[in-house]
Amino acid sequence: MSMFKFTEEQLMIRDMVREFTKNEVEPRDKWMDENGFDYELHQKLCQAGLMGIHLDEKYGGGGGDAVTSIIVIHEIAKGSASAALFLDANWLAADLILHHGTEAQKDKYLPQAAQGKIFAFGLTEASGGSDAAAIKSTVVRAEDGGWIMNGGKAWITNSGVADYYVILAKTDPDAGNKGISAFIVPKETEGLFIGKFEDKMGMRGSATCELSFNDMHLPADALLGELGKGFKYAMEALDGARISIGAIAAGLSEHAMTIAKNYANERICFGKPIGKFQGIQFKFADMAAEIRAMELMTYDTAAMKAAGMRHTLEAAETKLFAGTHCTQICLECQQVLGGNGYSKEFHVERFTRDAKLLEIGEGTNEILRMLIGGTVLAQK
Amino acid sequence: MKILVFVKQVPDTTDVKLDPKTGNLNREGVQSIMNPLDCNAVEAALRLKEKHGGTVVAISMGPPQADDVLKKALAMGCDESVLLSDRAFGGADTLATGYVLSKAAEKIGDYDLLLFGRHASDGETAQTGPIVAAFLGIPQITLAESLEIEDGWAVAKRSTEDGTETVHAKLPALVTVCGEINEPRYATPINIMRALKKPRQVLDCAGLGADPAKCGSPGSPSVTKHLFEPKHEHVDTVMFTGDADEAAKQFVDMLEAQHLI
Repeated sequence: MSMFKFTEEQLMIRDMVREFTKNEVEPRDKWMDENGFDYELHQKLCQAGLMGIHLDEKYGGGGGDAVTSIIVIHEIAKGSASAALFLDANWLAADLILHHGTEAQKDKYLPQAAQGKIFAFGLTEASGGSDAAAIKSTVVRAEDGGWIMNGGKAWITNSGVADYYVILAKTDPDAGNKGISAFIVPKETEGLFIGKFEDKMGMRGSATCELSFNDMHLPADALLGELGKGFKYAMEALDGARISIGAIAAGLSEHAMTIAKNYANERICFGKPIGKFQGIQFKFADMAAEIRAMELMTYDTAAMKAAGMRHTLEAAETKLFAGTHCTQICLECQQVLGGNGYSKEFHVERFTRDAKLLEIGEGTNEILRMLIGGTVLAQK
Repeated sequence: MKILVFVKQVPDTTDVKLDPKTGNLNREGVQSIMNPLDCNAVEAALRLKEKHGGTVVAISMGPPQADDVLKKALAMGCDESVLLSDRAFGGADTLATGYVLSKAAEKIGDYDLLLFGRHASDGETAQTGPIVAAFLGIPQITLAESLEIEDGWAVAKRSTEDGTETVHAKLPALVTVCGEINEPRYATPINIMRALKKPRQVLDCAGLGADPAKCGSPGSPSVTKHLFEPKHEHVDTVMFTGDADEAAKQFVDMLEAQHLI
């Protein structure tokens, strides 16, 4: 329970997504872990109007704000971290068009986003993960006024299933961060090659591939926003995505704790439920406190974003705290379940595998600590 | 076409228990939801509206918090809601409830079709819909598994022991629907955003022009004497061996030995 103020509409959306998650998402999570991206679930998300929840009504969206979209990710993560990550990555990419696209680009792509077309964001490369500015993909002007892209990307969430990619590449290799620009790339573009799905530890219901660009020709209007501003846009977008990771961590942690709680109240050892033992109770005390903190940090930062406030530091803090504790909580829940926690049948081992990504994706813990530490020490 | 769809707030029966001492439902910590079959009634109403046009009015009798199910009905796509709320409606059985709901239908007026879930998951009487039809003096079809409107007639399919029958009822009519009729939609976010801006009316006993003596406890001839959970009797399990014929013979022998046949 929290005093955090949701609007009446947000509470209704929360209840609806909770019901949707219970009926449609949670039962599919194990299947996704074994089989990968679930197109059927994607269809259901589209039918339920959840894909464009935060987009304006004029684009066919749900008219919600940053808090509303975080509610959706948080609730869906209580049933499947993979499905929540899919939405996070989708919105990360589509929102770049929302925030930086021309009117023509917005009119073209946002209604498709609201209807459920899938978007992916391509920044990371094999040789430039944390050091995002070190990317090597290049774009040069084509003779016809368009663009020619060469290079490749790695670890791109939603790649392989996406309809559109927002790709960052160097338009001026000598200008460092300021030489990076963003481009909208439809999946069928000639010269775009999509590699095989990564065989990942967790989050296996979210698709991840490598991309390569071989003299890929793009029209002039593929450029998103201003030339040389791509890196800035990407960093701003990651601020938002880090709030989503906080929401995924909070939801996934709660999912794990609920399973562990039911187990602790049922499993009898030495004549009483193991939940009656202090050693188990203390685990739940820590977990419950940490989950509450994750939720509060997540929604507080989302409220900052919704209000148009700068939230770079807060989003990094949220993700660092939530991601780190989520992994630990999933491990503790496995411990509560003992041998069963090590069995796939009881789900929590899957959650541990899913959780680890939250300490790596959208900025590793180490990068976030550099960002937070540097910012805090520079504050007057 | 004007469709009135009646919805009831019920405890989420997946985790409801009876209080062993009082025999009453223990509602503590139990979530309230829209009666699941009423979700099917709302869905049926919305599909008819999508096909034939018109408006759908969602109606519920209950305490102020019953407004939550009306908000859900609006979020699913209903156009207006009417909450019937008055202390005088408390303690109503199906007859008194049917009376109040029929007064609401009369008050709203100009209706073509009244839709109900076949029964509520808490009481499971399946009486309220038929009682409303009787009060209003209109035809009714219960347990509909499909529903179409054709030239001023409601046409419904219903399952019987012998097969399926198709029943026609001249509008205005009342239909109670089964879960088989459809898969209720989720309220989409955009409809949730719009829901609270739709017309929402609250009517009390006086506003309905209802007779207080026919409402609530005074208007309810049925009395609950005792509520209890059926006892689960544990008896020994006997496994029969051999093929089907041999097992059947052993079964009959056992029944005879225990004087059960």
